Amino acid sequence: MKPLHYSPTLLLAFSLVYFGNAAADPLRGSGDLALVVERATGTVQIVETSANSSLCRVGGLGDLSHASAVFSRDQRYAFVFGRDGGLSKVDMLTCRLVARTLQAGNSIGGAISQDGRLVAVSNYVPGGVKVFDAATLRQVADIPATWGHQKTSKVIGLVDAPGQRFVFSLWNAGEIWVADMHNPARPTITKFSDVGRNPYDALITPDGRYYLAGLFGEDGMALLDLWNLDAGVKRILPGYGKGAKKLPVYKMPHLEGWAIAGRQAFVPAVGHHEVLVIDTDTWELAGRIPVHGQPVFVMARPDGRQVWVNFAVPDNDTVQVIDTQSLRIVQSLTPGKGVLHMEFEPRGEEVWISVRDRDQLQVYDTATFAKRSTLPARKPSGIFTTARAQRIGL
Amino acid sequence: MSRWILASLLSLLCFTGATAQSLSATRRAQLHDLLVQDCGSCHGLTMRGGLGPALLPATLRDRSRELLIDTILNGRPDTAMPPWAPLLSRDEAAWMIDELRHGLTPR
Repeated sequence: MKPLHYSPTLLLAFSLVYFGNAAADPLRGSGDLALVVERATGTVQIVETSANSSLCRVGGLGDLSHASAVFSRDQRYAFVFGRDGGLSKVDMLTCRLVARTLQAGNSIGGAISQDGRLVAVSNYVPGGVKVFDAATLRQVADIPATWGHQKTSKVIGLVDAPGQRFVFSLWNAGEIWVADMHNPARPTITKFSDVGRNPYDALITPDGRYYLAGLFGEDGMALLDLWNLDAGVKRILPGYGKGAKKLPVYKMPHLEGWAIAGRQAFVPAVGHHEVLVIDTDTWELAGRIPVHGQPVFVMARPDGRQVWVNFAVPDNDTVQVIDTQSLRIVQSLTPGKGVLHMEFEPRGEEVWISVRDRDQLQVYDTATFAKRSTLPARKPSGIFTTARAQRIGL
Repeated sequence: MSRWILASLLSLLCFTGATAQSLSATRRAQLHDLLVQDCGSCHGLTMRGGLGPALLPATLRDRSRELLIDTILNGRPDTAMPPWAPLLSRDEAAWMIDELRHGLTPR
């Protein structure tokens, strides 16, 4: 059925911006879209996960090494955080860069607020968090990560939390800060110090209650219960690598997303070729699973039945699948050198994998492990589905 | 101070001209990719820095070449810089330092 109120000229204009999808009805939803970072060329590719096809490409986003994205609640706009401090707003339906600001010298990701009105970016240089109006990308707040004697810290592990809050960690300072954004121009900050050496990334449970920061400078993790801030930060998994020689870490692990299945959480060990299993009732180590290399991403399929793991150099050609009932590896795949990221489709029947050195996106059936689709992409890294728009902390 | 000069002189003697020839074109291309993609994950694809410091010609110019090579091979204790000796030879690390000091050319 054609929408009668659209003039032929408007239809033509629509189909022009929809290159790559010329036959499509100009009206479409955006719940099956995903954004793929093509990090070397400063472009993002918009793909759809219903038939697994490429829709279009948007350029001019700057240095996209370590770029990530969050989505507006209506799943139309992507906010892309670039390494060079660029914050870009992409309209995924018209395939246009609609706003962009170079807000810092060096950045590492961001988050969108509970109400969808604020976008926060965590910065290395100058160390801190800046907050922007999601509609206009006008800056509304600046939170320098100052500590000690006039020092500033690199900021990592920035997530949104219920109660219109942002939570983040300070790499150099070893602190966790909670910023209440009810009054955007004057955030209320609660600081927790001595959380451990060099927090490198963090995540928040799907219910938004627990914030967990991984520590690079020591074995262990820092846990903050956002329902009970007065209880402070608790150190968990102390000395998980005790007795074992620490191996070189050629790529920093990521804690994005929450690999959780029942009462078990799965996280990468740092400097050990293991995935750690945490009991989320007691927050104690419940198991350790030997894997192929230094894990980078440890991601649970949305139903929690499987956990997929990729690895740092020199083992980054491999992906392993852990069965969460038996805690055994049930599959090893070799998509090719430079597996940088994995993203499940919203209900988990397929997973998208970026294979940098092959300039490919590969899509696998998560039940049979058969490769279902291969799409060209230029040095792809992060893959982000719009389903993230509705999830706390993503 | 004199130790630095001595180290620099020694490194000049040991490495000048020795590395470029001993590495195949294929290996040099691989190392270039490693610099951009893997070193780039921490130091930035354009080497302007990230979790690790910037590796631009201007920031490396006044550093001892020998110490820079040593940093690649043995890492830096108490930082995120890992030892690359299990994956790279001394000649390869030296070639990479020279590339960085010269300024990476995109390919």
